Amino acid sequence: MANEVCFSTLHLDKSWALSTYQAAGGYAVWKRILKNKTSPDDIISELKTSALRGRGGAGFPTGLKWSFMPRNTPGQKYIVCNSDEGEPGTCKDRDILRYNPHALIEGMAIAGYTIGASIGYNYMRGEFYEPYDRFETALEEAYKAGILGKNIFKSGVDFDLHSHIGAGAYICGEETALLESLEGKKGLPRFKPPFPASYGLFGRPTTINNTETLASVPYILANGGKWFLELGRPNNGGSKLFSVSGHVNKPGNYEVPLGTPFAELLEMAGGVWKGKELKAVIPGGSSTPVLPAKIAMEMDMDYDSIAKAGSMLGAGSVIIMDETTCMVKTLGRLAYFYYDESCGQCTPCREGTGWLSRVVNRIEIGKGQQQDLDLLLDVAGKIGGRTICGLGDAAAMPVMSFLNHYRDEFQFHVDHKRCMV
Amino acid sequence: MVSIEIDGKKIQARDGALVIEAADDAGVYIPRFCYHKKLSIAANCRMCLIEVEKAAKPLPACATPVTDGMVIFTKSPKAIDAQKGVMEFLLINHPLDCPICDQGGECELQDIAMGYGSDVSKFTEKKRVVKDKNLGPLIATDMTRCIHCTRCVRFGAEVAGVRELGATGRGEHTEIGTYITSNVSSEMSGNVIDLCPVGALTSKPFRFSARAWELVERDTIAPHDCIGSNLKVHVCNGREVVRVVPRENEAINETWISDRDRFSYEALYSDDRLKTPMLKENGAWREVDWETALQAVIVGINKTITDSGADRVGALAAPTSTLEELYLMQKLMRQMGVNNIDHRLRQLDFSDQQQAPVFPWLGQPINNLENNNAVLLIGSNVRKDQPIAAHRLRKAGVRGSKIMTLNAVDYDFYMPIMAKIITSPMDYKHQLAGIAKALLAQTKQPAPNGFEKLVSKVKITASHQAIASALVEGSVSSVLLGPQAINHPEASTLRMLAQLITLLSQSQLGYLSEAGNSVGAWMAGMLPHRVAGGKDADKTGLNALEMLHKGLRAYVLLGVEPEIESAESVIASRALNDADFVVSLTSFSSEAMRQYADVMLPIAPFAETSATFINAEGQWQSVAGVVPPLGETRPAWKVLRVLGNLFGCSGFDYITSDDVLTEVKQLTKDCQTDNTVVWCCPAPITTNSNADILVRIAEVQMYAGDSLQRRAQALQNTHDADFAAIRINKACAKKFGLKDGVKATAAQNGTEITLPVVVDDNVSDNSVLIHCGLRDSAALSTDFTPISIRPV
Repeated sequence: MANEVCFSTLHLDKSWALSTYQAAGGYAVWKRILKNKTSPDDIISELKTSALRGRGGAGFPTGLKWSFMPRNTPGQKYIVCNSDEGEPGTCKDRDILRYNPHALIEGMAIAGYTIGASIGYNYMRGEFYEPYDRFETALEEAYKAGILGKNIFKSGVDFDLHSHIGAGAYICGEETALLESLEGKKGLPRFKPPFPASYGLFGRPTTINNTETLASVPYILANGGKWFLELGRPNNGGSKLFSVSGHVNKPGNYEVPLGTPFAELLEMAGGVWKGKELKAVIPGGSSTPVLPAKIAMEMDMDYDSIAKAGSMLGAGSVIIMDETTCMVKTLGRLAYFYYDESCGQCTPCREGTGWLSRVVNRIEIGKGQQQDLDLLLDVAGKIGGRTICGLGDAAAMPVMSFLNHYRDEFQFHVDHKRCMV
Repeated sequence: MVSIEIDGKKIQARDGALVIEAADDAGVYIPRFCYHKKLSIAANCRMCLIEVEKAAKPLPACATPVTDGMVIFTKSPKAIDAQKGVMEFLLINHPLDCPICDQGGECELQDIAMGYGSDVSKFTEKKRVVKDKNLGPLIATDMTRCIHCTRCVRFGAEVAGVRELGATGRGEHTEIGTYITSNVSSEMSGNVIDLCPVGALTSKPFRFSARAWELVERDTIAPHDCIGSNLKVHVCNGREVVRVVPRENEAINETWISDRDRFSYEALYSDDRLKTPMLKENGAWREVDWETALQAVIVGINKTITDSGADRVGALAAPTSTLEELYLMQKLMRQMGVNNIDHRLRQLDFSDQQQAPVFPWLGQPINNLENNNAVLLIGSNVRKDQPIAAHRLRKAGVRGSKIMTLNAVDYDFYMPIMAKIITSPMDYKHQLAGIAKALLAQTKQPAPNGFEKLVSKVKITASHQAIASALVEGSVSSVLLGPQAINHPEASTLRMLAQLITLLSQSQLGYLSEAGNSVGAWMAGMLPHRVAGGKDADKTGLNALEMLHKGLRAYVLLGVEPEIESAESVIASRALNDADFVVSLTSFSSEAMRQYADVMLPIAPFAETSATFINAEGQWQSVAGVVPPLGETRPAWKVLRVLGNLFGCSGFDYITSDDVLTEVKQLTKDCQTDNTVVWCCPAPITTNSNADILVRIAEVQMYAGDSLQRRAQALQNTHDADFAAIRINKACAKKFGLKDGVKATAAQNGTEITLPVVVDDNVSDNSVLIHCGLRDSAALSTDFTPISIRPV
């Protein structure tokens, strides 16, 4: 039951080529929509049936998001694909761009048609040299084949798609910072409301979706929303790419149905390396709360189950840690990441992330004091929920969860000036 | 209106208002740093976090719109916890050394920290240190104190119209500064000092000179440009002006002032300041008491009148003088039979003065400038001449209004310009005639008498059409004449054509007049042909230009330095030096003045005297003096009153300046505010008549307009206080063999001057820009007339 959606062509030779994609039935949906002038409401309703939820991290229902778009307002509207993929632990979008770029192009074209946007942008992270080239080549193929452009297949529908490469800032994965960056400005998140659906790119209504979300759309419309829903579980439709990394034998991207038990996913990735015991799992990327092995082994990989277990599915970036992992050092690395990637716009994140990073580092090198443990929770609590964008929460959550589950390790560092593992 | 509840208080708020606005209106204080009512919402400081019922997280009051039935808690435990949390973060890297910070005592962070800060910091790491930036002569920096509220950045982008400051770096390493090492040189830059909530940006001239609690704040009016910005003057020890900040007046300057108005106070204590009456005897100056000095004036003037007649005496006053001074000066002169009275020292064309409006004014309230849909600026560098007017126009331009210019220099107005005609000043009338001709064709109205002949040779261009259409289409539109049009040698023709354009396009004719009291001077009768209230004088005297050309025997000067403030500086200098008797009522003395004057009477400048100024919109603004006059200085209205009595004139028994004001008000109460002049067809316009003639554009250098600005040291150190130079475009420079940076000689009417050449492609063809108002260029004779340039 693996590789049903975005990776369905992965086994084919040159899966990224237009001919391969078309031979596997690609662009049939796009052509059908153009021919039949399918009503956007029908497309949205199909997506709602599928229970497709945003694959970028927040898990917002895609059909609902598209329905927010004021598609009949006059003037330019945009569809933007978020291929910034900055969350530590995730690398799934990269493989969609490398191995199935046409699914994304088709998904964006359909999205553009549905929301009334004749221009799309695919914003890729600064380090994506190879995926960028692949995607550009695919775009060129699509334009040559008349799949994109003006008056596509004489349908009267226009859709132009452009790729854009960022400069390597994590914050540009935040949708409004991405829009700023796309406009040529410094990537600073905007205060919401107004949301992008009313004030987006260049001040125009804009919908922003993750790469995997958009690449799933053609498959849903080809096979039906019900088919997609039944791949997974109710309210958690479809299969999902999981980027499994860390202390496993076979790290990599795995497409499995939502609801697959974590244990099964770990098994697919070859189990914990070197015959070691599993210690902890970060199930959805560095900003999601860490879970101890015991909890993780009993949970299933879908939005609702992981939430019940006390974490988040996020972008599906599963970071596996074995028994030799120092949780203080791990948190130190994570805290440093958020300190380094804070945009500096709002006070709690700008001032607080550096403070967190320094205190964790202090504890790790054996210079921590008893009050530092509560100080960490106090500072994290003053960042979370009080910033313009989610980076504040992202920085605060690991601190809180690491201290929640592994306070004894931090205590040991303070008491003995060394690590317990 | 929606009903909301703030801290248990039920109030009505405007639909769409932000919580912080509603709270401010209701008198509920919410702490804030980044929020400023005149700037866009940044929501980045997070200090204004409040609790809203049913919201999971605390919300920023500055970015949350009110909704009906909203229940807001600004002081609930949750709100206070959020606010205190933010304060803790703001203070961890902020130096806690308020006693050595210039902002101490008037610092928003210090004040709010009193309410929301903790007495002990949990932060034990090293604090951040940020390298200081040098932003130029006006703004001092202490960037370690910056809390990144970005008010200064948004001010540049949204109000000044130029992004000189920005935030570079990310996260904790974010720094406010210029992108590359450079000055902040906007003419409105000083406002960032007021905007900065901490001691990061402070006033360089004021720095470390006084503490906020030693200062008393008093109200006054800026005397420089025709806007009349409202000011608050900070007075130390009850006698010294140490700082000037804006006084909010939504109808005039909103919350801003120009750098000119902010920093010109420095001149009050310049070395040139005249503090005692001075008398020249046998070529040597000596300090005398007032009685002796006034006696010398009586003797000198009376002797001239007896020997040569009253028509050989003239009075010249600066248009920055107060209304009371201008009125008393002309009253005194007229009683003595002297009719040679004027304040229009830079004007060249007086031919239509009889038809001129009672007072040439803006034609609309200042705050209406932003409501215009189309504006044509003629001979105006509005951004430098009247920065506040430019800001209002910029608001219109950014909103999509069509701003259009006819200028000799392609000035950068920091706003979208729909159409511009950049041409030699001698070509203005052709262009205006072209626009008028296009309008006649477009509106199909009958041509006024003689117009056909007037414009028979004028060709209509696409620009003329575009400007004409924009003016017609704009439901609110204006044609504004700037100083370079008012002081143009063909000003009467330009005025007539501009008026025709406004009549045809149903727009408003307005004047962006030269100085703070230009309108007041017209009202007060400081004119050779009209008395106070705009009534014709019994006998018309000589105008300013004639007074200097004809070489009178005696001159009475009021706050004016004609050798650099007159259109014909060389002739002015000669006339003054050749006169038998010159008395100067002045706040400053100069080398040149000591040459030509016989008596110098020290009069109180701006801030030291009660004063009334009438700004371009006709608003009368009266203020009391804010500090006592320096030394033996006396307010000029008192000096003139005493002179009136000593000369035996009647009606000089004023006790206060209010008595003078009441009298002027009485005389001017019937004044009509109408800029319309009767159509009187100018001489026919021939084309290409001036194609090859090189003409001097005489723009007054930004900070050389009056005696105060010229002596304000910090302003004189700015970019805008540019050195005298021959500014010419590349093509013209090539034609005359001139090189950038190399000296060249400019010759005009027998006068010569050698100055460095600056190649500037913004200058139109066949023109040379040599700024006036500068002593270095005063040796060149006339504004706006043919000139020749050759390499040295």
